[in-house]
Amino acid sequence: MTEFLMPSLGADMEDGTLVEWRKKIGDTVKRGDIIAEVETQKGLIEIEVFDEGVIEKLLIKEGEKVPVGTPMALINPDGAEVETKKETASKKKEVELQPIEEKAEPKVMEKLTKDIRIKATPIAKKIAEDKGIDLSQITGSGENGAITKDDVENAIVQKAEVSKTEKVEAPVEKLIEAELYKMEKQPVEVKKERALTPAEAIRSAVAAAMSKSNREIPHYYLEKRVDMSKAMAWMKETNRERPIEKRLLPAALFIKAVASSLDEVSELNAIWENGLQLKNEINIGFVVSLRTGGIIVPVIIQADSKSVGEIMEVLNDIIPRARALKLRSSELSESTITITNIGEGSADKVFGVIYPPQVAIIGFGNITEQAFAENGMLGIRLVVDVTLAGDHRATDGITGSRFLGSLNKYLQNPESL
Amino acid sequence: MNEEEIKNIIFQLLKKIAPDTEPSELKPDENIREVLNIDSFDSLQFIVSLNEKLGIEIPEEDYGKISTLKSLINYLLEKLKSQLP
Repeated sequence: MTEFLMPSLGADMEDGTLVEWRKKIGDTVKRGDIIAEVETQKGLIEIEVFDEGVIEKLLIKEGEKVPVGTPMALINPDGAEVETKKETASKKKEVELQPIEEKAEPKVMEKLTKDIRIKATPIAKKIAEDKGIDLSQITGSGENGAITKDDVENAIVQKAEVSKTEKVEAPVEKLIEAELYKMEKQPVEVKKERALTPAEAIRSAVAAAMSKSNREIPHYYLEKRVDMSKAMAWMKETNRERPIEKRLLPAALFIKAVASSLDEVSELNAIWENGLQLKNEINIGFVVSLRTGGIIVPVIIQADSKSVGEIMEVLNDIIPRARALKLRSSELSESTITITNIGEGSADKVFGVIYPPQVAIIGFGNITEQAFAENGMLGIRLVVDVTLAGDHRATDGITGSRFLGSLNKYLQNPESL
Repeated sequence: MNEEEIKNIIFQLLKKIAPDTEPSELKPDENIREVLNIDSFDSLQFIVSLNEKLGIEIPEEDYGKISTLKSLINYLLEKLKSQLP
């Protein structure tokens, strides 16, 4: 039996409220199916399932708020095993309302579910009784997992905070922050003091992420002017044959060119966590600015295996949802590099701040007409200034330079993308 | 369809894309995208929805002809007229 757990969409995310089950008991699910809609700090998120099987039991009710890591449903991988199910289900139930504390401690929780008897110090038992705290919901930090006075007091504080956060009007944006920030706790602490508006929540998430980046990542910056004449001519031709709703924008071409270049310079498709860890999938985060201020970074999964047209379709789907703060769990996490595209009519170039733990961010400026010299000739060309900010702990300028060279090559041969 | 009706459709579609703005306050010669802060993605969505509403397909090379409210209305009126039997 597989447990389907409340997913973490970033280290800041402590809990989520189940808004709606999209599947019912007996339904067959496969990887990628939307199983539930959950309200988080980053908005209403459609939660995908990563296992296959038949839903045996739904462990929490709609409207219930549970910590990250809490089993939400049981999925039977082969649709049988009716016997063992009930037992597991009832045991798991005890974990549901586990205090928020350590989101990344599934093992502790599992251990607890097996140990039905509750160990607690006398003083802890007394306080719990006085304050109406259910000891079975608490993970003990004392000897042999015994619940201590501190554990109970923490649970009381958390209980109070949970009821406070329930009043938050638009928890949607906090999700962003979780997304944006799989890192530190401080910003969350600040937020808990009062309910933030969506714009404030996003602002503070961006602030936390960018501060961390600037504090920890030694950035190096590179820039390359890229002649866009051929790419724009190719796009014009292609768009002429496409119906309006399928027209391409330069952003789709940029994303595809970045993905293809990462195939060649894989060191930049990575994260820095106890050293450089290369990623197999090329999942590109694309910065979307919100009209109310702030940014959100949905991901284009496996961009290298998609065509430019397919990437455009993803953008058409994902950008409006990103702006409405309605993204799926997988669309807010998992990116392995970020692209920021300032777009036409605005700044000529943008020097990005890396989104940790990634190791690079690629910036595309405004596509403008510029004097461009080539082969001893000077002409007016459509040009874009592409920048790369790299994490110098992870790679050196020469790597970034190879990447920009490769990117230029692809943009000079758009039909090869 | 007259000018007023087209204008109303334009305002309605722009409001959908930029809900925080007041498209009806646009002056005839102001650049729509600049004033309402509309990016290339939203601009394309606007052109797609104009096509859905009015059945007018605006080719890419005509984007330069529809940058202000006045020019956009004139462009659409012209196109609608040419569609008449």
